[in-house]
Amino acid sequence: MENILEVSHLKKYFKTSRGTLHAVDDITFTIERGKTLGIVGESGCGKSTTGRCVMRLIEPTGGEILFEGRDLMKLSKREMRAKRNDIQIIFQDPFSSLDPRCTVMQTIAEGVKVTGKYKTGKEVESRVLELMRIAGLAERLANAYPHELDGGRRQRIGIARALAVEPKLIICDEPVSALDVSIQAQILNLLKELQEELGLTYVFITHDLAVVNHISDDIMVMYLGQTVEKAPSEELFANPVHPYTRALLSAIPIPKVGAKKERVLLKGEVSSPIDPGDECRFAKRCPHACEACRKSCPQLREVSPGHYVACHLFGAEGKTSSM
Amino acid sequence: MIEVKKETLAAEDEVLDIQDLTVHFVTENETVEAVNGISIHLKKGEILGLVGETGAGKTTTALAILNLVPDPPGIIKSGTIRVCGKDMLNAAPRELEQIRGGDVSMIFQDPMTSLNPVFTVGDQIAESILLHEKCSKKEALARAEDMLELVGIPRERAGEYPHQFSGGMKQRVVIAIALACSPRLLLADEPTTALDVTIQAQVLDLMCGLKEKLDTSMIFITHDLGIIAEICDRVAVMYAGRIIEEGTLEEVFNHTKHPYTEGLFNSLPNIEDRTAKLYPIPGLMPDPTRLPAGCAFAPRCPYARPSCIETPQKARSFSSTHKVLCSAYDDPSFRIHREEA
Repeated sequence: MENILEVSHLKKYFKTSRGTLHAVDDITFTIERGKTLGIVGESGCGKSTTGRCVMRLIEPTGGEILFEGRDLMKLSKREMRAKRNDIQIIFQDPFSSLDPRCTVMQTIAEGVKVTGKYKTGKEVESRVLELMRIAGLAERLANAYPHELDGGRRQRIGIARALAVEPKLIICDEPVSALDVSIQAQILNLLKELQEELGLTYVFITHDLAVVNHISDDIMVMYLGQTVEKAPSEELFANPVHPYTRALLSAIPIPKVGAKKERVLLKGEVSSPIDPGDECRFAKRCPHACEACRKSCPQLREVSPGHYVACHLFGAEGKTSSM
Repeated sequence: MIEVKKETLAAEDEVLDIQDLTVHFVTENETVEAVNGISIHLKKGEILGLVGETGAGKTTTALAILNLVPDPPGIIKSGTIRVCGKDMLNAAPRELEQIRGGDVSMIFQDPMTSLNPVFTVGDQIAESILLHEKCSKKEALARAEDMLELVGIPRERAGEYPHQFSGGMKQRVVIAIALACSPRLLLADEPTTALDVTIQAQVLDLMCGLKEKLDTSMIFITHDLGIIAEICDRVAVMYAGRIIEEGTLEEVFNHTKHPYTEGLFNSLPNIEDRTAKLYPIPGLMPDPTRLPAGCAFAPRCPYARPSCIETPQKARSFSSTHKVLCSAYDDPSFRIHREEA
């Protein structure tokens, strides 16, 4: 299958009074049509900014975003607006991402009208009801306001709204993080079904590793604006290479008695993304950091087919395998 | 005579004893039945995990233990709560002040909002020490610095304000405040939910270490079964204000009895098998203002029988520690799928 999205050297810098904040610093990735790319990382690593930059909700500082072969960065505002019918986003917080004064019907109808395919009010209404059914919302809720609904149902509105314009790519920005486990499972199943039925492509942004493993075909791990590791999901969980990925995976609490495993406890906290020097950004917390790590920032390298890692230690033989 | 002796012995070891607690929130047009007759016992050095979804009544239970349920609209309808033998519900305000922060303290979910932005963290830790122990301000501040070190923050930072700390560090400051007077019971309400996994691992590690050092008992409120498996000795699963399953970690995780607990496990993505399908619990939690007459979980329960919907669940013991609230076990051949597998 061809790549629906090819992002290369994406950068987003924010100017602050203390210097330049490197929120996204030279990110490159591709997604095949119909697949899911998971982006994981801790708060502040730039995963949401990456998601938003892809659809230019935040204007990137530099880079190239090829969507179906066309560079989105070269589109005018108006053209980009039209393009957003193909790329939609589902936000994390179903409580603040819906207009409190719009009913479910009004919220979803807005997108339906934008497509221009449904002319009369009747047609729009029947399409909205169809979308509600697809997203698992009961018809009787059509005239309800967001405050009357619980988090799971609100997230379903967010999904129906995104589907209204018949997108090809949906950026899911922590869509289940605010939900309880039983509701979270409902939404994850819904997203999977929709992908199968409609051939959707997802960029799935989350900090929950169990969730990302469940839903993604490929996973990209971010740390302070950079990609540290990228691999197919099975490969990443079976053979994590980067010390940060290893720490991250070992930190997941497993819901099984006696599952406690060797844990890589990281010292310290994420360092500042403002004017980072030319060194490995993880070096300060890395249990294996050496001279080379403080001298230059490692580049992504392919270590096995499809598995990329940015770490000086990998290749310095014996080091990583004994970690 | 012998009977009495036994009781006092038990009381010494018993840090928390809740009997039949019922908490309702009464407003003009409706009554929210938040907690409906729960009993919890906790011994010294034990960690009890309290699991459940939003609205199950976990936080209300914790607030009731501190006698902090906002009144109005909150009303403690019935029940007794004893913390280290002291009756929390009938204590005078003065006495409560001594117990809170002294015998029992609480860590709230959101470290960003539970610290005062205009005082230094050192002052905030010292405040609770000054309130509970006779010492000078200077001594209290020195103790506060010790506490900071205990939670892994350099003591030089005592003079800094909350906004100068990261989320994980703020949560550690909150833990330092809670532990300042070496409470015998610690109520931790989702203390790591707002934190990243690697920071969460640090905080959990810290809390486990403290339990070993100070022999503190804990109630750990969370919806993350992974955390429960890692740090708790016993587990209580709450649903619609009731404890529907309670037992040792082993019993609840490996010999699950209640259909709701099973549903929770089935909803979790399996990190070892990414192709495993999720089987979410259908439907939603019942409206706490209109709880059904029978089992509150019956409308969502795949095993529910007509009698479940009409009559309240019965408690059943499977061992001296494992209790389940489910009428399906009236039928001796009843098994949930998880157990059969």
